[in-house]
Amino acid sequence: MKIEIRNGRVIDPRHGLDRNTTLYIAAGKVAALDDAPAGWHANRVLDAAGLVVCPGLIDVSARLREPGFEYKATLDSEMAAAIGGGVTSLACPPDTDPPLDEPGLVQMLKHRARSLNGAHVYPIGALTVGLKGETITEMGELTEAGCIAFSHADAALADTQVLFRALQYAATFGYRVWLRAQDASLARGGVAHDGEVATRLGLPAIPAFAETIALDTIFELVRATGVRVHLARLSSHEGVARVRAAKKAGLPVTCDVAIHHVHLCDVDIGWFNAHCHLVPPLRGTRDRAALRAGLADGTIDLICSDHTPVDDDAKQLPFAEAEPGATGLELLLPLTLKWAREEALPLSAALARVTAEPARVLGLESGHLGPGADADVCVFAPDAHWRVEPSALRSQGKNTPFIGFELPGKVRYTLVGGRVVHES
Amino acid sequence: MRNPQLNADGQLQHLLTLEGLPPEVIGRILDTAVPFVSIAERDGKEVPLLRGKTVFNLFFENSTRTRTTFEIAAKRLSADVINLNIGVSSTTKGETLLDTIDNLVAMNADMFIVRHGQSGAPHLIAQHLSAANRSHIHVVNAGDGRHGHPTQGLLDLFTIRHYKRDFHGLTVAIVGDVLHSRVARSLIHGLTTLGTAEVRVIGPQTLLPTAVESLGVRVLHDMREGLVGCDVVVMLRLQNERMKGSLLPSAGEFFKHYGLTVDKLKLAKPDAIVMHPGPMNRGVEIDSAVADGRHSVILPQVTFGIAVRMAVMSILAGN
Amino acid sequence: MTDVSLPDAEITLGRLADKLRGAAAFDAKLVGIHSGGAWLAERLAQMLPGEHPLGSIDVSFYRDDYAQKGLRAKLATTTLPFEVEGSHIILVDDVLYTGRSVRAAINEIFDYGRPQSIELAVLIDRGGRELPIEAKYVGARLAVARDLSIALQRRPDGSLELSLEPAGSAAGA
Repeated sequence: MKIEIRNGRVIDPRHGLDRNTTLYIAAGKVAALDDAPAGWHANRVLDAAGLVVCPGLIDVSARLREPGFEYKATLDSEMAAAIGGGVTSLACPPDTDPPLDEPGLVQMLKHRARSLNGAHVYPIGALTVGLKGETITEMGELTEAGCIAFSHADAALADTQVLFRALQYAATFGYRVWLRAQDASLARGGVAHDGEVATRLGLPAIPAFAETIALDTIFELVRATGVRVHLARLSSHEGVARVRAAKKAGLPVTCDVAIHHVHLCDVDIGWFNAHCHLVPPLRGTRDRAALRAGLADGTIDLICSDHTPVDDDAKQLPFAEAEPGATGLELLLPLTLKWAREEALPLSAALARVTAEPARVLGLESGHLGPGADADVCVFAPDAHWRVEPSALRSQGKNTPFIGFELPGKVRYTLVGGRVVHES
Repeated sequence: MRNPQLNADGQLQHLLTLEGLPPEVIGRILDTAVPFVSIAERDGKEVPLLRGKTVFNLFFENSTRTRTTFEIAAKRLSADVINLNIGVSSTTKGETLLDTIDNLVAMNADMFIVRHGQSGAPHLIAQHLSAANRSHIHVVNAGDGRHGHPTQGLLDLFTIRHYKRDFHGLTVAIVGDVLHSRVARSLIHGLTTLGTAEVRVIGPQTLLPTAVESLGVRVLHDMREGLVGCDVVVMLRLQNERMKGSLLPSAGEFFKHYGLTVDKLKLAKPDAIVMHPGPMNRGVEIDSAVADGRHSVILPQVTFGIAVRMAVMSILAGN
Repeated sequence: MTDVSLPDAEITLGRLADKLRGAAAFDAKLVGIHSGGAWLAERLAQMLPGEHPLGSIDVSFYRDDYAQKGLRAKLATTTLPFEVEGSHIILVDDVLYTGRSVRAAINEIFDYGRPQSIELAVLIDRGGRELPIEAKYVGARLAVARDLSIALQRRPDGSLELSLEPAGSAAGA
């Protein structure tokens, strides 16, 4: 199908492109930019005047809740949320039920996802069997089934020797490993950042050094094994400083931050708002400032949503008992735009953090609009504001600290593989 | 963000925490408690203020003491009192906290006295009632996790005011496990709000919360140093589970450094008063000689506790 | 603000004392309803012959308008420093109007014990009763518009004066 996206502001961060022009799509790929290819006859023309045309967003962490947690959300609802939010590729963590430690489960998930004709789904496989932290998984088989990396999600991997062996194994075959930097014993029982707010509210706390001690361990193991590690969900200013130093010293590490931590800090917990119960916890204002600085100077490579739909019953509990996590697929773009405005960042630089950079870290060819690229495109109105209400969200997870907020950025069209999968 | 305890007219609708309460609101509760103290001394100890009202004691954490004082206070106001001991976890019965509340609301509850093991549970309940347009139902926090125990804080303030009159020139020391103490947090908020000259917290590093100075207190690890010149010494209870393990090596070692003895008390002012929220662990945080001695006002605290709770309930029920 | 038609409080008090002097029991307890009644009871104790133990009552916990108005901000403590059981009590109030304060005071006294008798002495009776309550001893009778309330004040030198205020500014009786 030949689609012409006419007169939009085309932003392609990877190629440094930002100008008003027309994009031509054919046979599922980007056919041309600016001038129509020879003999062009469009099947459909999308009028993008006043809109931004950019690569479809790539969200490196979105929990789809299948298999196992279908009462919280299903692939159908979360896929609708993804494309509604302009997300055309997403990676999902292995903490499903059962965890993604068997090739059969991965294949089934990929098959299910493909049949929905929505965003591309890239499963991240479990690093250890059952995420128990004891035996490493069959990483070769899992890679063949479609895993693009391996991680331990939020499960504790307390045995450093097991972690070391797992990293060694992964390094042997060039597999990427995604790790959360949180020392399990120091974080045990904690639900909030160890600081003034947790003291006042009487919440069990997780000190920042739970992150830095884990980072130090991971860096040593990276040095020892040469494995490519991606650090998931940085939270503290000390952590950002550690990563900056490690990158400077040439370690092959990348890292990300969840969009919520770019905007919120522990003060936002207010009177025990369980929507602010997140993992890692929201830390202090200084930490938030450091995360923003890290995004600005490239220490932090990308932003993800860490999409985690939680049912209402599991959130309507006292703070420490409430299930952690926030819904985010539909808020990734608006919250990225909000951040860009607050920091007076060029739109291209901001969008890079959710398109080109995630593609690079995941090892994908997509995330750009160069000729021949997969036509995964997001067309949005950057100045159209909308109110975050449960009824406005397509995800089954209505759990977000941004309920009631007016955010910028309404997605008008989402294209995956050259097909319009969402329009509004 | 409006204080969820106050209604749109600035009147107290719930008592969830002493933090952020204007000093006039605290002062009024203490003033209202004064006549209730004398009523306790006459034969007919009831007044009809809460007649026809149903007060539910919702205790998710066991506490016979606190529950009993609330029950006595409610009955002296002529209320009907129902005690519900939900035990450690309501979810073991399959019913969530808010489901339990909804069921009781349907039984025409007027007031909930809530004790829960998790910080923030009374706030959740208050918010839920407000969202369900049931703002005429009042919530009193009888202790939530480590967050707050506002009625205890108030009775401690009442006790101090009774013996010392004015807070402005006072030095108050709070000694012991501040980290896990909701009593300490509430008292600190109350003391700072009423303009206490100096509030000291004394304890080992393992038992003091991070950034506790931000609450407006001075931290000391040496008890002798911390007791010098004190007008009021508040000893906190050390819970059994803290006495061994990684926070403290033993009760004996704790008593040596942080137990209140006659000898250490001499460092405080000659007319200093000694308080304890109870129940006491004699020989762990406090010596019997001190607990039973002339500085101790621990028993009057209990009497004042009933009067203060009567004051809280009558002010709330009238709003 | 003073109204020309209000009687002088001191003169009226004198008249009230005269009425009590002849009739009141020699050992009657004088219990004043806070705050005006309490001032009056103090003065009467000096003006009447015999020993008259003094008490004062704050009726805040017994009022019938608690559900509408809540607890009043200023509370005083009820003090009845004598055995109520079997005693003769003269309840003293400044202004008798609806009768509700007196009803509350009687209920409160009974929570302390069972008196032998209670008689009511008031400085001013302004009519407008809403309950079947009458005073045995009255200083003066007045008719006053519903939107006004009569208040008793005590000057720094201890002397008393009456004034008119808009209704609702102080507790109406």
